[in-house]
Amino acid sequence: MEHIRMPKVENVRLVDRSSSRRIQVGTLYLTATHIIFVGKGSEDRNELWVLHSLVCNVVKHKSSQSGYPLLIHCKNFQVIQFIIPQESDCHNVYISLSRLSRPEKYEELYCFSFNPNVDKAEREHSWDFLNLKAEYSRMGLPNKLWHVTPINREYRVCDTYPADLFVPKSVTLPVIVGSSKFRSRGRFPTLSYYCKENHATICRSSQPLSGFSARCLEDEQMLQAIMKSNPGSRFMYVVDTRPKLNAMANRAAGKGYENEDNYCNIKFQFIGIENIHVMRNSQQKLIEVSALRSPSMGEFLLGLENSDWLRHIKSTMEAGIFISKAVAEEGVSVLVHCSDGWDRTAQVCSVASVLLDPYYRTIKGLMVLIEKDWVSFGHKFSHRCGHLDGEPKEVSPVIDQFLECVWQLMEQFPCAFEYNEKFLISIHNHVYSCHYGNFICNSQKERKDLCIKEKSHSIWPHLWESKLDFMNPLFKPDQSQNQGLLRPSTAPYCFKYWRRLYNRFDRELHPRQSELDCLMTIKEETQQLEEELALYEQKLAVLDKERAKTLYMQKGVLDSKQALWSLPLDTSLANTPQDYIGGFIGGAPNVFTLQQGERESAELSLFGDKPKSSDADSSDQESGVADFSSHSSGEESLPTVYALSVTALFEER
Amino acid sequence: MELSEHIKTANVEDVTLKRPFHPALRGTLCVTSHHLLFSDRKDEASWQLLILLRNIDAIEKRAVGSSGTITIKCKDLLVLQLEIPGMEECLNIASSIEALSSLESVTEMYPFFYRPSHLTLQGPWGLSSMEQYYKQTERLWDRWRVSTVNSDYSVCPSYPSAVIVPREVADDMLIRSARFRQGGRFPVLSYCHHRNGMVIMRSSQPLTGANKKRCKEDELLLQAVIDGSELGYVIDLRSAQQAQQARMTGGGFESKSCYSHWKRIHRHHERGKVVQESLIKLVEACSDPSHSVDRWLSKLENSKWLSHVHSALSTAGLVVECVERDGHSVLVHGSEGTDNTLLVSSLAQLILDPASRTVTGFLCLLEREWIQAGHPFQQRCAHSAYSHARLKQECPSFLLLLDCVWQVWRQFPLALEFSEALLLRLAQEAYASNYGTFLCNSEQERCAAGVKENTHCLLQSLLKPDIEEQYLNPLYEPTDLAIWPSVHPQSLQLWTGLFLRWTEYAQNMVEAREEVWSIVKEHRERAGPDQTNNTLSTHCETLTPFENLMDELTIL
Repeated sequence: MEHIRMPKVENVRLVDRSSSRRIQVGTLYLTATHIIFVGKGSEDRNELWVLHSLVCNVVKHKSSQSGYPLLIHCKNFQVIQFIIPQESDCHNVYISLSRLSRPEKYEELYCFSFNPNVDKAEREHSWDFLNLKAEYSRMGLPNKLWHVTPINREYRVCDTYPADLFVPKSVTLPVIVGSSKFRSRGRFPTLSYYCKENHATICRSSQPLSGFSARCLEDEQMLQAIMKSNPGSRFMYVVDTRPKLNAMANRAAGKGYENEDNYCNIKFQFIGIENIHVMRNSQQKLIEVSALRSPSMGEFLLGLENSDWLRHIKSTMEAGIFISKAVAEEGVSVLVHCSDGWDRTAQVCSVASVLLDPYYRTIKGLMVLIEKDWVSFGHKFSHRCGHLDGEPKEVSPVIDQFLECVWQLMEQFPCAFEYNEKFLISIHNHVYSCHYGNFICNSQKERKDLCIKEKSHSIWPHLWESKLDFMNPLFKPDQSQNQGLLRPSTAPYCFKYWRRLYNRFDRELHPRQSELDCLMTIKEETQQLEEELALYEQKLAVLDKERAKTLYMQKGVLDSKQALWSLPLDTSLANTPQDYIGGFIGGAPNVFTLQQGERESAELSLFGDKPKSSDADSSDQESGVADFSSHSSGEESLPTVYALSVTALFEER
Repeated sequence: MELSEHIKTANVEDVTLKRPFHPALRGTLCVTSHHLLFSDRKDEASWQLLILLRNIDAIEKRAVGSSGTITIKCKDLLVLQLEIPGMEECLNIASSIEALSSLESVTEMYPFFYRPSHLTLQGPWGLSSMEQYYKQTERLWDRWRVSTVNSDYSVCPSYPSAVIVPREVADDMLIRSARFRQGGRFPVLSYCHHRNGMVIMRSSQPLTGANKKRCKEDELLLQAVIDGSELGYVIDLRSAQQAQQARMTGGGFESKSCYSHWKRIHRHHERGKVVQESLIKLVEACSDPSHSVDRWLSKLENSKWLSHVHSALSTAGLVVECVERDGHSVLVHGSEGTDNTLLVSSLAQLILDPASRTVTGFLCLLEREWIQAGHPFQQRCAHSAYSHARLKQECPSFLLLLDCVWQVWRQFPLALEFSEALLLRLAQEAYASNYGTFLCNSEQERCAAGVKENTHCLLQSLLKPDIEEQYLNPLYEPTDLAIWPSVHPQSLQLWTGLFLRWTEYAQNMVEAREEVWSIVKEHRERAGPDQTNNTLSTHCETLTPFENLMDELTIL
């Protein structure tokens, strides 16, 4: 609280970025956790909440006639512009926000103060929602070739790895230790994915400390053992996901890559995904393009090209495809690494897994995959997402790229995924929001030391509750082409700009009608009807029996049958648009506004969180509520023409 | 010369056919006057491939030893290869294809020979005439009339015999106005808005010339259009500079001093050759999947196709804003008034008018605004994206329209009764067809060639006896509101269904469309016929009137 210089500013103007004509006047509040803007008119939906942890940066702009503009860029790509009447107020808000959005200690993060009214048992239960042990046993592990090594139980061999790791049974503890000493940060080769059908595996590690000529017998034995644990194959791939030049440069620092001559039966392959710095700059350019206000087609496409973003997505995808084909088609095991083995390696392993295993194309499966390949294997979320004030060069959108690869696949295979893009966007939001404990810290050990599980909540059960919102109605798990390996095309036209993510808050850019939502409603209703039908059939069967017993009561039975059937008819009639429109005509316009607001809140909760109670409400909203449109009909700033059209509409009705 | 004289080799055995999504086939190739047939069996009654020669845009020959390969590039963007044993046969086949695919005489074309058993040539041709349209549109009766001043096509050769004009304007005034407009295309009614009676008119440019000629009758005609209201808009589809330049060659624009109640807005639209080249570049970019992403994006940008889509939709949005929001009438024209003018006026109607979003309504719109209005289909669609022939008057205006309609459908997936498949079918038929609908350049030419007496009408056959399911949008839910599309570059996409039609990418989308149908059908089965519409309409609330009105095209 001590960082808040200015808890409240009156007469602040919120500018709608899509049209500077739409301006909302209200009060700006700074709390310990949120920026809150309350528009005048005091209707409760007229609010904007932004979590401090989602604020990426705050910029003061040159003063204008109406005041001092303050631009807030968020990590979920929302851009908010306030105009504050007094310069001193603006400066105070700026200073406060700059500090609040850059916490120095983990304890300051929102997940430690977020308290959604659940008891201890429920919170602990929320952390048991995903169980990696169960995931490995789903893969078929442990088995006679692979087992869990206890060597890292205390995180002594590798402090960025999880406690439980799968290695070939034939590997002895000294071999593991030896190998880990020969790998950057001790990240020795260990299993990421096991293919039950043909015993091929995806293993991961960091780069070897080979320098120009060093070798390590244990590391060589380790790879040999991994290869041998796939009885059908005579060699294995070692995939270095870096560009060859980068890997060569690392040799000068005593690191590098595997020499094919020293390892028996490996095939070495560079893939050439650029490093985190290149990716950070690329995404920055992409964000600038996405934020252009009414660019020409040419500006947009050239900006997209110059960002190089889609080229990087393509190279990540290609790496995933290479590995998934090696495993599924050749039955060959693959060892993947980059430099440290927690960025590109995580991306590539998880993309390959999505391609290989239909399970990861289900809602639960994607959660498990992220928990396994990213969270447990020590993707440095705190550094990469900039949770704490720190080295800006450590920030990089590595996980964004993974989520985008999945999205690009969904675009190519609309029937192969159980989830829709809202799910991905929701995950993206929470990776950055620090609302839940899952993505705090840089490794499992750090999370344990910080007692994350005792002090915060897990996101997964929360997302699971909103499962219905994340369902893809077109999902066809039984279709042959959706089973097994996905074979995406990498033709350049298959890589598209992800508008829903990068322009998430620019409502006017998105389709006004949602095909998928419509289909989902239809599907749900079909299911409901089927259930009802089954219920009635059951009841009828009972009634039939009774009728057989008591023939003389036949007339009465028929009556009750009719009563049964009229019920569903009534409910469906209550759902017709006429009712909606009727209410619309009869009530004052603000009745309509309210309905609109309600629907919006439902829509928004797909991305944010549904307030559970009025208590939770204030703490539970981390994302913006951009629904001022529904209230702005009374605003002076609107053109009169617009008002005219509204009246015309009313008359027409 | 008889068509058959072009055929030196009619049959070749042992030909190998390669095409997308199919294994290579070996069989017999056969050239007829209008078709290329391929059959892998001895009996020729069944074939694997039947291509209208008219559909072939370009061929490439290559000799490999004693045999030859012909690559056939079709106007619907399909590319296939034939390996023909024997160089002579190969060359014969190639020259037959070249000669027969580019016939000049309309009456030699296949629609004049197409006689399927289920269709008869009796009965009226087409869906509706201008007179019928007028009769059905009650809101026109008061202030508008049907003029038959052009019944012998002497006033304007590219207009239909009947047009709708202000009631108070006499035929002799129309004749005068026509003399003042390029190609005689005087201002006629294109659409009258059901909400406020405002109209969209279209014409060609006025012939003011360098010395600022005036035409009293033309001025009065436009005055009669706005009928006492203060203001109308002229949407000129050229930049202000281009419009100025046009005066040097006898054209011009409606100056403020002569048309005091009309406000002119200039919107630059590319035309003719530039748009055709744009299509060629786009298709070229799409046909090389080995490009890097960067190269693809710069080629896509360089083709400018999406920029044309963008301008067309923006200007249509502007017209709709004038009519629906501001409540003013609009006159649209460019130069000739046969391409961009029709593109903009028909798109504006799709956005404004719920009636034009049904299958019948949309086909009627195309008939009225493109076929009867004199879009020169034969010239514009003579070649598509692959042809090496020197460009004459080709221009894919109609394809551009279909692309824009597709963009609208992407943004309002419930608002159109028809599906993408119908748009694709129309795109194909405009370039090569069994039907006479897209033959010739105007009603006059169609009359002279006897198109109506001797060919079948595509639009009729699409609707008879019942429209095929694949042409319907299973999620259709009519809305009375204007459907304002977003024209931000982020919102516009490449029409993969057309331009990547023959790639795996588009195939996966076909699967998705089938799934949509099966979900809807399952629901209909369960819910029974009466309740089907309820769910959809309930859901349609997502398209709230408010949201829709709030929506601003950043055009003005």
